[in-house]
Amino acid sequence: MRWLVLLLSALVLAAPARALTPAEARSLATGEVESRITALNAVLPSADEKTVALIQAMSDDAVKFTDTAVFVMKDGKGYDPVTGAEAPVPEAAEDVVNNNEMRSELDAALASIKLFATDDAVRTEAVKTLAGGEISEAKLPLIEKAYAKESVPSIKDAIGRVRSAMLLGSADKAKRLAAAQALAATGTPATKTLLLDRLKVETEPDVKSAVEAALRSIEGRLAWGERLGVIFTGISLGSILLLVALGLAITYGLMGVINMAHGELMMIGAYATYVIQNVFKTYFPGAFDYYVLLAIPASFLAAALVGAVLERVVIRWLYGRPLETLLATWGISLVLQQGVRSIFGAQNVPVENPAWLSGGVDVMSNLTLPFNRLAIIAFAVLVLAGVSALIARTRLGLFVRGVTQNRKMAACMGVNTARIDTYAFALGSGIAGLAGCALSQVGNVGPDLGQGYIVDSFMVVVLGGVGQLAGTVYAAVGLGVLNKLLEGWQGAVLAKIMVLVFIVIFIQKRPQGIFAMKGRSAEA
Amino acid sequence: MSAVLPTAPATIVPRVGLLSVKSWGAVFAAIIFVAVLMPVLNLLVPAGSALHASDYAVQLVAKIMCYAICALAMDLIWGYTGILSLGHGVFFALGGYAMGMYLMRQIGSDGQYRLPMPDFMVFLNWKEFPWTWGVSDSFIAQMLLVVLVPGLLAFVFGYFAFRSRIKGVYFSIITQAMTYAAMLLFFRNETGFGGNNGFTDFKRILDVPIATPSMRMLLFVITGLTLIGFFLFARWLVSSKFGRVLQAIRDAETRVMFTGYDPLRYKLAIWVISAVMCGIAGALYVPQVGIINPGEMSPAASIEIAIWAAVGGRGTLIGPIIGAFFVNGAKSWFTQAFPEFWLYFLGALFIAVTIFLPQGIIGLVRRKKDAT
Amino acid sequence: MNPSRRQAGKSLTAVALGLAALGYSSFAAAADTIKVGVLHSLSGTMAISETVLKDTVLMAIDEINAKGGLLGKKLEPVVVDPASNWPLFAEKAKQLIGQDKVVVTFGCWTSVSRKSVLPVYEELNSLLFYPVQYEGEELSKNVFYTGAAPNQQAIPAVEYLMSKAGGGAKRWVLLGTDYVYPRTTNKILRAFLHSKGVKDEDIVETYTPFGHSDYQTIVADIKKFAAGGKTAVVSTINGDSNVPFYKELGNAGLKAKDVPVVAFSVGEEELRGVDTKPLVGHLAAWNYFQSIKAPANTEFIKKWSAYAKAKGIAGHKDKPLTNDPMEATYIGINMWAQAVKKAGSTDTDKVIAAMGGQTFPAPSGITSMMDPKNHHLHKSVFIGEIKADGQFNVVWKTPGPVKAQPWSPYIPENKGKKDEPDLMAKK
Repeated sequence: MRWLVLLLSALVLAAPARALTPAEARSLATGEVESRITALNAVLPSADEKTVALIQAMSDDAVKFTDTAVFVMKDGKGYDPVTGAEAPVPEAAEDVVNNNEMRSELDAALASIKLFATDDAVRTEAVKTLAGGEISEAKLPLIEKAYAKESVPSIKDAIGRVRSAMLLGSADKAKRLAAAQALAATGTPATKTLLLDRLKVETEPDVKSAVEAALRSIEGRLAWGERLGVIFTGISLGSILLLVALGLAITYGLMGVINMAHGELMMIGAYATYVIQNVFKTYFPGAFDYYVLLAIPASFLAAALVGAVLERVVIRWLYGRPLETLLATWGISLVLQQGVRSIFGAQNVPVENPAWLSGGVDVMSNLTLPFNRLAIIAFAVLVLAGVSALIARTRLGLFVRGVTQNRKMAACMGVNTARIDTYAFALGSGIAGLAGCALSQVGNVGPDLGQGYIVDSFMVVVLGGVGQLAGTVYAAVGLGVLNKLLEGWQGAVLAKIMVLVFIVIFIQKRPQGIFAMKGRSAEA
Repeated sequence: MSAVLPTAPATIVPRVGLLSVKSWGAVFAAIIFVAVLMPVLNLLVPAGSALHASDYAVQLVAKIMCYAICALAMDLIWGYTGILSLGHGVFFALGGYAMGMYLMRQIGSDGQYRLPMPDFMVFLNWKEFPWTWGVSDSFIAQMLLVVLVPGLLAFVFGYFAFRSRIKGVYFSIITQAMTYAAMLLFFRNETGFGGNNGFTDFKRILDVPIATPSMRMLLFVITGLTLIGFFLFARWLVSSKFGRVLQAIRDAETRVMFTGYDPLRYKLAIWVISAVMCGIAGALYVPQVGIINPGEMSPAASIEIAIWAAVGGRGTLIGPIIGAFFVNGAKSWFTQAFPEFWLYFLGALFIAVTIFLPQGIIGLVRRKKDAT
Repeated sequence: MNPSRRQAGKSLTAVALGLAALGYSSFAAAADTIKVGVLHSLSGTMAISETVLKDTVLMAIDEINAKGGLLGKKLEPVVVDPASNWPLFAEKAKQLIGQDKVVVTFGCWTSVSRKSVLPVYEELNSLLFYPVQYEGEELSKNVFYTGAAPNQQAIPAVEYLMSKAGGGAKRWVLLGTDYVYPRTTNKILRAFLHSKGVKDEDIVETYTPFGHSDYQTIVADIKKFAAGGKTAVVSTINGDSNVPFYKELGNAGLKAKDVPVVAFSVGEEELRGVDTKPLVGHLAAWNYFQSIKAPANTEFIKKWSAYAKAKGIAGHKDKPLTNDPMEATYIGINMWAQAVKKAGSTDTDKVIAAMGGQTFPAPSGITSMMDPKNHHLHKSVFIGEIKADGQFNVVWKTPGPVKAQPWSPYIPENKGKKDEPDLMAKK
């Protein structure tokens, strides 16, 4: 079907544009998919701007219809597709719904029209769409015409590549040879498949060797893409582990308390993000995309507050008894989880990514870096920088370091160790809240959020040691990359098991972790 | 300064003989209860009578008794040696799996597919048993595995851990890692232990059908007697010289080292003993509950074992048994009466016991007795 | 929370038994209510999915009681919480049947929970209604399966994806959570694909553990695999993991029209927790969608909305959603009530005999029928595409109800199996 569309649209240049009629508008918007596609092909050769606008609106899911009329929706108002005049939309109007097949046809139709648009950017997008779709010879006449007409060099190259991909199957040997050589410069998986298929049927030796050469260069490029992909995923995982474990490292380093409720503090941060999102949805829908910026301090404060309360009410009484603290904080985690269930329900709650965090950037043909993960990496770096600056350069940080190294001496010097404990615990908890905010953008937000990360955060802290923050960083990034490398080799579960075994063995060899505390502090 | 609650050291009361006369009386009463009274009340007293012990009650008490054995094992390593393990559930589960493998073989060809292999192997398209199932149709061999597998894992893990002198919180965390890794491993269907479904739908043990009241009662009696036997064994252990050294390690390990004892041997020994006890408890648990699944290895399950010991009273041996009954009884009641409040109760229990009742229920009882 | 009257019942029982020291028959038999057990997780990982089923049962019981109850007695629900803990399911089942003397139970979700309670129901000869789509390969006299078997969900979905309207897929990624339902379903699907001429090198089968949340590598692998030809993904990922999977899919730029993903465990309730914008166009296969236009459905949704508001059910009081397992539960309890009336008793064997052939106007718009022999419902199959508002747009449906094949013909070991339960109890 599609080739028919495009062959006909090749005549777009030749055929005069014909105005859209109401009957045509109806046949495009309503009825069975097959008949709508036929109607689409019928209007395409002589499409005027109103028709194009209607097709675009359908692709954007912005068309409604009733038994008698069709409406193009813009900013909540309905417009007649034929005249462009505003028309009142009755309550009973239904949305035009497209299935996958319809959507593909609409996109192909739009791309073929846009190939001849005046705007450079529009043409670039159109070539990209066509290149990503099926590569078939039937589109060749259209592509040749566009290639000949194109003046901008970069777009001409892009069209040239699509053209080469189509020419690979041409009958003319010289054309095939030229196409194979041209394709060596690309690096997409789609061309690789094309070349492989070609290799199976090619008979001419020099074309064959050209195809093989092209394949080798493409595979090389793709392999790089994969390697970089693994490293990126490892760093992404590492950045999440870092955020998750940083707060724990601070509280453990300072107070020798492993806080089993750490995961729940993250959960509180994530729920705070959810609440802020809802506030923005109800009261400031226009600024919805910026809710994350407010959610960050909100989650920090919420978690820090809860942490401070916990420290004062529970953990303070268990000073010097780390094992009991472990159990007591586990009890707190149960209470917090159930509390959240009672307030928000046992279900997961939806946290949407703002528009600027959705989607990704295509660095290479087989490597897309999602925006949300890039943002989290940047966020983790910022948090790390902030915390290091806090610890290294502020008075609070000075006191925290002092109390960590020698509590009694610091007390003798006049430091209020009790208050420092509360602040440090609140700081650690606040960072956990920030981690929760970050996690809400990549995964689920539910009462069980913390449970999924608690073992990982412990492992990072135990591995990294409590001497310096650097230990946590190395441990987090190292474990993230290691996990991803192993995952590519053996699958997710075995990778995780191997990492855990590795940590257990490493701890046997070096019980204090990578960066140990110097000095005469007694055994842990 | 933050408040510090005084923690009274657990008193080591010198005993003449293993137990006092009163305690021997209590043990004897327990034996009568388990081996005589319950069977009579369940099997002989008719179902409608007020004195009848329902099948449900029998199974519940049996399950709690298995848990009590774990709590006892936890007391030995935590209450008496100061090692808090948050991964003991893995030994319980391994013993359970070893027994479960035998029970799965006993299903024979009565599974859904009418093949001599367990159903989960059929849907994995396996044509023969993996090496881990090599001796699974022999009762004796599998029972040996019930003891050997947890014991071996404990030995290897403990040897390396104690040799590197890992202690305290770090040790607890890596026991969590151990049980978590084991849980992930067993959740994989390819590992060959039924994955998330685990083992279930048991039919026979030693070719005798499992689901009959008499078999159930027999298992109940065996479990009860095992619990009592382990209690006496533990009592003997802690009253001996070995037990003294353990308690010394708990109180001041460095000093023990300087006095010439090698803590490694003692810790390793009690660690393996407690692991084997848990394994046996698991093996008794599985035929009575009817299912084993990697969830038993979850970190949360292991942490619960610690709370039973804490609630009952560490370092007393009878305390953890009471703790296990109390907490699990409360769980059964809460999950039917107020299901939404169970976790609040459990969480509050953790907090309250660690802050206000470090000696547990036994400590409370003793304080009341001392006060009067 | 459900104001269970168990507490009152318990203390009355204690008093009565105290008086009846002479082998009186148990109190429950003399009571003038019919006890109905509800065995769904109200806490733990499965609470997300199962809590709403408990409420559906309670709503249906209220409805039946409002019409006068059954056999002159009111229905009394007995709700327990097995807390997503499989051994606890078996224990609670024993409690319900042995102590509370329920005559029927509506419960379970995961296959593990069902398999762990199955021996209990068979041994004590009680009835269980299981409302969730599952992998088949089971047929018990004491269970009525109101959810879909693979031939009522998975196979029609794959057929649709193979068709031109569904995208004409040639390569297949079978992605699931690692447990029996995805494993068995994928085994059946692989055999089905072989029968349609698809080769093993065009099929890839991957499993992730429960709660897995990092799908970067898997999505990258899908992208790579899809470069070799038009690919469709059949997802049997369960529960929580769906959210990170879809998020990753959306961010990696894999659009539904290029690589459609059909899921079997994603319904309206699961989409509640997801940002649906990047998911538009991906598919799900069920026997019921909330967006189906039928009078019975409008009625069902209205009843549920009113009930949820009245009882203040979290999440549903503001945004009531209905889904396939809820519909299956509703059909199940109504058919059971009809069977009891027909049999004139709540005795298990009499009700089993009366269940065969029962019909009920299902919210999905068809007349649902319980097969006379094989304890499964005849169900129509609907394929829906996800819309931006979290509802589904039905793009295809079977011409009429499909009879279930609990023993899939695509598994060779099923040869010769009968399409009805073994009446000889497995002791």
